[in-house]
Amino acid sequence: MSKKSHERSNRTSVSRRRFVAGASALAAAGSLGFPHVARADGHSVKIGLIHPVTGFLAFAGNQCRYGCQLAINDINAAGGVKSMGGAKLEAVLGDSQAKPQIGAAEVEKMNEAGVNAFSGCYQSSVGLAATAAAAKYNLPFSIDIGVSDRLVGRGLKNVFRMADGYGRIANDAAVNLGRINKAAGSPAKTVVVVHEESEYGSGTAKLMQELLPQQGFDVLETIKHANPTRNFDNIALRIKSMKPDVVMPINYPGEYVLLARTLKQQRIDFAASYSVLGGGFNFKFINDLPDVAEYMIDVNHWYNPKSEVAREMRGRVEADGKFFTFEVYLAYNSIRLLHDAFERAGSTDNDAVIAALESSTLDPLIMPYGPTKFVNGQNTGSRAVSIQALKGDVDIIYPTEFATAKPVFPRPRA
Amino acid sequence: MAVRTLLFLAALLVLALIAPLLIANRFLIDVLTLILFSAFLGQSWNILGGYAGQFSFGSVVFFGTGAYTSSILLMTFGIDAWIGAIAALFAGAAVGAFVGFLSFRYGLRGSYFALITLAFAEVFKVLANSVEFTGGGIGIFIEHEPGLARLQFDDPAGYYYIALALTVVSLAIAWWLERSRFGAYLKAIRENEDAAEALGVNAFRCKMYAIMISGAMGGVGGTFYAQKFLYIDPPIAYGVATSVEMLLVSIVGGMGTVFGPLVGSFVLHGVNEVTRHYIQTPGLSLIVYGLILIAIIGYLPNGLIGLFKGRARPKDAEDA
Amino acid sequence: MLSMTMMPAAIVNGLMFGAIYALVALGLTLIYGVLHIINFAHGALLMLALYATFYLFSLAGIDPYVSLLIVVPGSFFFGYALYRWGIGKLAHGRDQNILLITLGLAIVFENGALFLFSADQQTIDVPYAYESLDLGFVFLALPKVISFFASLTICLLLWLLMAKTDMGKAIRAVAKERQGARLVGINVEHVFALSYGIGIACLGAAGCLLLPSFYVDPSTGNIFVIIAFTIVVLGGMGSFVGALVGGFIIGITESVGGLYLGESLGQIGISLIFILILLFRPTGLFGSKV
Repeated sequence: MSKKSHERSNRTSVSRRRFVAGASALAAAGSLGFPHVARADGHSVKIGLIHPVTGFLAFAGNQCRYGCQLAINDINAAGGVKSMGGAKLEAVLGDSQAKPQIGAAEVEKMNEAGVNAFSGCYQSSVGLAATAAAAKYNLPFSIDIGVSDRLVGRGLKNVFRMADGYGRIANDAAVNLGRINKAAGSPAKTVVVVHEESEYGSGTAKLMQELLPQQGFDVLETIKHANPTRNFDNIALRIKSMKPDVVMPINYPGEYVLLARTLKQQRIDFAASYSVLGGGFNFKFINDLPDVAEYMIDVNHWYNPKSEVAREMRGRVEADGKFFTFEVYLAYNSIRLLHDAFERAGSTDNDAVIAALESSTLDPLIMPYGPTKFVNGQNTGSRAVSIQALKGDVDIIYPTEFATAKPVFPRPRA
Repeated sequence: MAVRTLLFLAALLVLALIAPLLIANRFLIDVLTLILFSAFLGQSWNILGGYAGQFSFGSVVFFGTGAYTSSILLMTFGIDAWIGAIAALFAGAAVGAFVGFLSFRYGLRGSYFALITLAFAEVFKVLANSVEFTGGGIGIFIEHEPGLARLQFDDPAGYYYIALALTVVSLAIAWWLERSRFGAYLKAIRENEDAAEALGVNAFRCKMYAIMISGAMGGVGGTFYAQKFLYIDPPIAYGVATSVEMLLVSIVGGMGTVFGPLVGSFVLHGVNEVTRHYIQTPGLSLIVYGLILIAIIGYLPNGLIGLFKGRARPKDAEDA
Repeated sequence: MLSMTMMPAAIVNGLMFGAIYALVALGLTLIYGVLHIINFAHGALLMLALYATFYLFSLAGIDPYVSLLIVVPGSFFFGYALYRWGIGKLAHGRDQNILLITLGLAIVFENGALFLFSADQQTIDVPYAYESLDLGFVFLALPKVISFFASLTICLLLWLLMAKTDMGKAIRAVAKERQGARLVGINVEHVFALSYGIGIACLGAAGCLLLPSFYVDPSTGNIFVIIAFTIVVLGGMGSFVGALVGGFIIGITESVGGLYLGESLGQIGISLIFILILLFRPTGLFGSKV
């Protein structure tokens, strides 16, 4: 059974990876063991990685860390920072334990350990605290993932984000849905939004109430639910009674999966499940629950399937027993962004690196983005795409220039 | 208190005051700040749980209310955080009075009191998530504008001194409890509430004072947190983790003692930092942390402070 | 209007899920009733049971309901050993120490799971997961129906165990009067460990019954902890019938509260019931005076 073999390969590869990472990142561990090491001495450029690798967000946190380490290894294998005499990038690993105070303390610790830049933090609440702490030392901070739009554009000159926040993604999501619907002859008219209660869910849902009507949809209801929600039977009942054409989940992995499963159990008929940054929409979900996942649509960060590099990377990650989730390649690009800035600055001088980041035109390479251009720390070239689970894989269905499949919209009736 | 002890404490205080000048490492200052802050919150728990014997699982409710009070005053009404801190103090005490009045009036003790505090924290969390003026689930984002009036600083030493001041005040309160009549009443209530009442102690009133002092301290702590970390939302403000940390540092250090929370905070944070430092594999460091915690409880049932005292506290009543 | 027509369905849904809550609470209430401690490791142990069920399914292909035969006895022995040679030894008979030790254990288990199983959120796909019973006004997912009846059966078995067997008598004796029980020759430590083991066995059953309609990751257990506390208090600490009825009441409250107040604010109903019961009837619905 494929699941069995997957499990096994997962486990052995973890230990193999740990060995490889252990060998290659020995220097990083060393620097933490002896925190009095002086700031970059020309031989290495230290990048602090702050992610929730323990606690309730550990899956996402570990995926982020993995993506960063992957990039660092690739960059070093390709010669490190060439303008600095081939200086190697060096990861300094941090764990926020999903708590803002710990994340901020990690910044202080890494600053003392001579870190030259940061990548993090997944959670917006940790990101807000950590970027503010790093700002005191004028240390460049690349947000690999963090959906809150308050992370950038609040006057902190050291903070940059290559990917989107939820504001721009909500906009992409609404526009894409409108166009997909129009292309199919406008079969869908009504939407029910189901969202979690924190900033990501509430904020996105609020935007949707304005954006969806502009695309000709009628938002029948916006249902907010707690974290955690143990049982979605009632929400399913309400959805059923309203008979919406589109169900729009905006929530975290656990609730995402429970909701999807309950909608199927309750045999609810709709044209599409169209989630925004759907926490649970990834290869693992599609592997584990293929019948539930089929035809579900999500709007999310996604790699560019037309990119040779991205496809090759997906192969490597999966050979490593890991899932190629957006955490991995966004984190990867975050490190590339920093590396490119060090390369162009030719030094680890904070002001020079920040200036290089501001003027960055980094090739987005693995991402389906437009040209990179930073305005107030936000990359304006980034965009989210609509993806759909089709035959056990994920295809981009919109925008068309990156699409690998035509949208199945509305989905076939059960 | 013996002269030698006093001298020792004075030396310790002087050392603490000049620490930011001696220690160039700002990370250490930041860790010390967190340790002192945690000791302060622990002391807030200790006054209610350790001295008065009213075990609370939901002391975060004071912290969260304080954090929201000053943050709303600051971000909605533009009122400086030092005034907000005073408001937070009263808000914390008011929540203490509210929770205390209901629980003590209805005679809740032991596990029942513990659970009702937990439930109040949950209610506040759900409410904070649902009403508009707290920002709901989106939370409150606080702008960073360093200055004493805002209790925000660029140098970690600024927060350090605030945390130190809070800790010193909390120690002074505990010290006062050790030698005041009120403190004696609380201890009598802890040992045997009925007996204390028979001797003429107004248990209800004493417990009310205790929970209000505890609440006031928690409230101020909330302001400190919000000004330092610049963002609060319902899980941060009313999450169970902070409640657990408060009781953990007190019990591990030695509950019902002046220095218990401080010692507990030092050791627990120290262990956490050291294990995190040397063990990078996710999960492994916290396994070690958990095992050390269990070992401390298992082998030092009076808390770490018992190590210094060298004598068991006469509190071993097995509940029959 | 709309909500009224959904009311019966909401109540039935609440009952179904309430049975699982009851099962989780059953272990907690037994441990409280006998040992007088609040077991903070309860959520973490539920998580371990879920993982056991998950790996039996994914590695050995054993159906979660068949796993009951393995996970329940396994949980019992694990719980017994954990108390007998761990918690009991370290606690020195002090309640607040047991509390903290169980808290420490929760940290160890949760992070042990993270270390060994990784943080991936795991689900299983059983063929009957999407079968449902059509009652006319509501579809009931088959796994939830099975877990409902299985929970009832387990409650009944546990009640028989406590009421009719010598072991049950010994446990009740210790719960009521531990010094007296010791005097008449009952090995109190053994009985404590037995009770803890049985409590954890309930979690084992809950793990098997829950997984087909839920998921597991290292922090899943926390999701059920506060709700289990609430049920224990509502039903009366130490009361089995109370745990069962409490589970149903909380299940329905959550379900109906969600319908009327929204799934976010609706959670407040549970906490309010909790507070009101504590204030006005701290012994719970079925508890005797402690």
